[in-house]
Amino acid sequence: MIIGLDVGGTHTDVVLLEKSGPVKNVKVPTDTSDLFSTVLKGFEKITEGIDPKKIKRAVLSTTLTTNAIVQSTVQTVGMIVIGGPGIDPELFKTNDHYYSVKGYIDHRGREAESIDETQIKEISRKLKKDGILHVGVVGKFSARNPSQENRVYEILNNNFEKIFLGHQISGNLNFPRRIATTYLNAAVYPIHKDFFEAVRSSLKTKGLNVPIHILKADGGTMSFESSIDYPAQTIFSGPAASVMGAIATAPDSDVIVLDIGGTTTDIAMLIDGAPVLEPLGIALGGYKTLIRSLKTKSIGIGGDSHVRVEKGEIKIGPERLGRAMAYGGPVPTTTDAIFVLNEDNSNEFEKAKIAVESIAKELKISPIDAAQKIFDKACDVILEEVEKTVRQINSQPVYTIHELLDGYKVKPTTIMVLGGPAKEFAIHLEKMSNYSVGIVHEWKVANAIGAGLARTTCEVMLFADTQHNIIAAPEENFSEPVGSHYTKNDAIMQATDLLKEKALKNGSSSEDFEVEIIEDLEFNMVRGFSTVGKNIRVKVQVKPGLIHGYDPIGA
Amino acid sequence: MLRAKNKTGLVFFPAFDWAIDPTHPEREERLLYTQDQVFEEGLFDIDGITEYKPDLVTEKDVQRVHMCVPDVKRVTTNSHFISAGGAKTIGRAVMEKEIDCGFALVRPPGHHAMRVVHGGRGFCNINIEAIMVEFLRKEYGIKKVAIIDTDCHHGDGTQDIYWHDPNTLFVSVHQDGRTLYPGSGFLNEFGGPNAAGTTLNIPLPPNTSDEGYLYTVENAILPILDEFKPDIIINSAGQDNHFSDPLTNMNFSAKGYADLTSLLKPDIAVLEGGYSIEGALPYVNMGIILAMAGLDYSNIKEPNYDPSRLSQSSSVSGSIKDICKDVLNVWNNRDALRDKIRGDGKFHERARNIMYDTDNIYEMQKEKIMICDDCAGSIRIESSSDTGHNLFGVHIPVDACNKCKEVGYEWFETGKSGSFKNTLLQDRSEDNYLTS
Ligand SMILES: [Zn+2]
Ligand SMILES: [Zn+2]
Repeated sequence: MIIGLDVGGTHTDVVLLEKSGPVKNVKVPTDTSDLFSTVLKGFEKITEGIDPKKIKRAVLSTTLTTNAIVQSTVQTVGMIVIGGPGIDPELFKTNDHYYSVKGYIDHRGREAESIDETQIKEISRKLKKDGILHVGVVGKFSARNPSQENRVYEILNNNFEKIFLGHQISGNLNFPRRIATTYLNAAVYPIHKDFFEAVRSSLKTKGLNVPIHILKADGGTMSFESSIDYPAQTIFSGPAASVMGAIATAPDSDVIVLDIGGTTTDIAMLIDGAPVLEPLGIALGGYKTLIRSLKTKSIGIGGDSHVRVEKGEIKIGPERLGRAMAYGGPVPTTTDAIFVLNEDNSNEFEKAKIAVESIAKELKISPIDAAQKIFDKACDVILEEVEKTVRQINSQPVYTIHELLDGYKVKPTTIMVLGGPAKEFAIHLEKMSNYSVGIVHEWKVANAIGAGLARTTCEVMLFADTQHNIIAAPEENFSEPVGSHYTKNDAIMQATDLLKEKALKNGSSSEDFEVEIIEDLEFNMVRGFSTVGKNIRVKVQVKPGLIHGYDPIGA
Repeated sequence: MLRAKNKTGLVFFPAFDWAIDPTHPEREERLLYTQDQVFEEGLFDIDGITEYKPDLVTEKDVQRVHMCVPDVKRVTTNSHFISAGGAKTIGRAVMEKEIDCGFALVRPPGHHAMRVVHGGRGFCNINIEAIMVEFLRKEYGIKKVAIIDTDCHHGDGTQDIYWHDPNTLFVSVHQDGRTLYPGSGFLNEFGGPNAAGTTLNIPLPPNTSDEGYLYTVENAILPILDEFKPDIIINSAGQDNHFSDPLTNMNFSAKGYADLTSLLKPDIAVLEGGYSIEGALPYVNMGIILAMAGLDYSNIKEPNYDPSRLSQSSSVSGSIKDICKDVLNVWNNRDALRDKIRGDGKFHERARNIMYDTDNIYEMQKEKIMICDDCAGSIRIESSSDTGHNLFGVHIPVDACNKCKEVGYEWFETGKSGSFKNTLLQDRSEDNYLTS
């Protein structure tokens, strides 16, 4: 059995999954000031009366690191960046104790200027004096040649508890994002480590000695052990949990997933059963990062969005001023309009009517018409954003003629909805559009199911430069000499081997190892009218999805 | 946080799957290191810099500028439609005011492509700047356009297309044609009888460095632009003046390119040549983009940049000074020069032989233009090549007067009954393009 646990803003959902399907779920209130006890309470409740030996693993999606970043309660760290010529690295400053130092690697991975060891030693002393325990080191083009970062590491090593190196964080080229990502990893490291060590030992004392996996923003998981080196990958996993839950019941075509909550609606997209990812990484709390993440768009329309009339027009959101008036809240909301349209004569309906009547009066129409108008408007805004998202995915730049002319264009025909008012929205969205709109099965716990059944994901980037006789995947600490006959196919095989090794280390089982080639480019390097070598770039990933052998729906 | 002062649009289309042939300088690898550099520097993440996916141009967009022999399809590939499309995308975004300025970082280039196209010359098949300009004229009604070509080679294609157009100021700054392909671009090439002085050539001596280029911009180009007052400024931003370029002999640096861009302030820049793909392009492109965006570029520099080694001799400085003076002379005396070319005739004729070095084609061309004070004048072209193709083409300008329009249609009718395999009408005034 697997436990899936998703910490949300107000509630934490936990499910217990058998191979044949979900067998139990519980909900506990989230105490944002004490996530540890929230998580433990969730585990206690779900395992009540269950033999702990039957549980094989637990997957957690928490808001721990996200909250720390957004609320700036992260640890103080030191940053050393090796910029060289280009945009002034001071402009990418993430924090105090940020030092821009000498040294430069060029785009081919050649050392153009060496680092100044005396300068690094001096900074090391300063950081130490300032009580810094954790340091990030990032060089421009370190994803091509990590030697300068490694040299700085050697100089710093004995003086600090943990040092994060940029080239180990991501193989993608983007120096400013690599700085931000390395910083975030260093900054959330102690919180993350303490939290999960505490969770693990508490579970152990309860007889739950199971591997702990953590959900990432890309809808995949990683083992707790691997997460120690990449703690920032655990940020913003909430939307991923819901989308992975929706995958279970989504058709294989292009699908839009809408998670309609109290304040916001999150829009995500699936292609052939896998979520669409951000090209580079997530942006959070003012940081643009290289953290792999689902492409989600959050808009300020939800069940509790404040509804009012401005200049004769209905306005909805983006603020939430409290719950719906139907539930005793202060102002009219989308949910109130839904109550009025349902006309179920409940207690809530009576209160919702009062809410909608205030809007109706201003517009000089009947309450039913007003309710209809409010709901139409909410659906309109959502559909418009859905179109925008599709357009945006299709207008992502590409760099080959083949991709530009024959590249895949997403054309979703289905929307899957989850969240509080899912049922009402599904019916109305279908009426107002050409989409077929369905509700995610068991949507109330789909997020926890999604977390529980998500695969281990990771990616590997490999480049070969046969003129320099090298293949390397610096992120994997891999490099080898290579001859002039090395081909793109060799590189793909090599990258796949590295990916498999990494996936297994991160907690994957070999049956869930589904490889996807994201990039495979091969260039003849021509100097003075003759070919001097090949420049090959390959990027492979484990396709995000659900693990095999577990039925996410059940009987 | 980094924020662009000018909202800047970029089309980056390296065409990683297209080359003229595997070891040709115009090859797949050309923008690879530029991509690495702009990605690593995070340029597309900067607030106010937007990356656009290129549109494709249509066949009609091409016909608005070119007379293709035997037809558009047989002298182009998809790569040309995308490259011109990238320029068009940026042009449209500027006109729609989505961006203040933009840079089409595309390949293949276009500035050696003339009005008549039998094939590729100087790595160019269709003129991507001209296709963009004529699209903007048609779609947004702009009139006066300045194209400043700073590629190291003479922009002979663009010169040919705008030779007779008084509303397009074409200025080419390049290495002296006596020392470099295509061997043209001298001071005495200054436009036809209806447009004398709106074509200007500034041939610079080999070993010109940043100092000489910037002197030329400040002392010749900017004063002329001030007087011409274009609706829009376009920079054909070739990068082969760089000190490391393998095909040329100039000493321009990335910082110099950025300085030039901030002086010129083009609304639209379009990449042309530049074949030092590792040592120049990554840095030059960074410099141009930052300069367009109004961001600090003082820290952009090639790893092997040594200004003392690149400084220009006093004799080079001296001849640049003289050339700039001569160019201003041509510009200031353009009315007198026009009268001199015109003489007393109703028509003006010229005959030329044109070499298509990339495709190894040889063309013979005769051109006849109406001398006109009311419009740019209708043009009649008779062209034949050693491939056996020939063409009778008529161009009616966008602002054609009734008389020129009438003559243009008469020409076209006689051409249809003539012995040419292809007869073509390019009626810009009606945006109508006919072949028979
Ligand atoms: Zn050139
Ligand atoms: Zn006329």
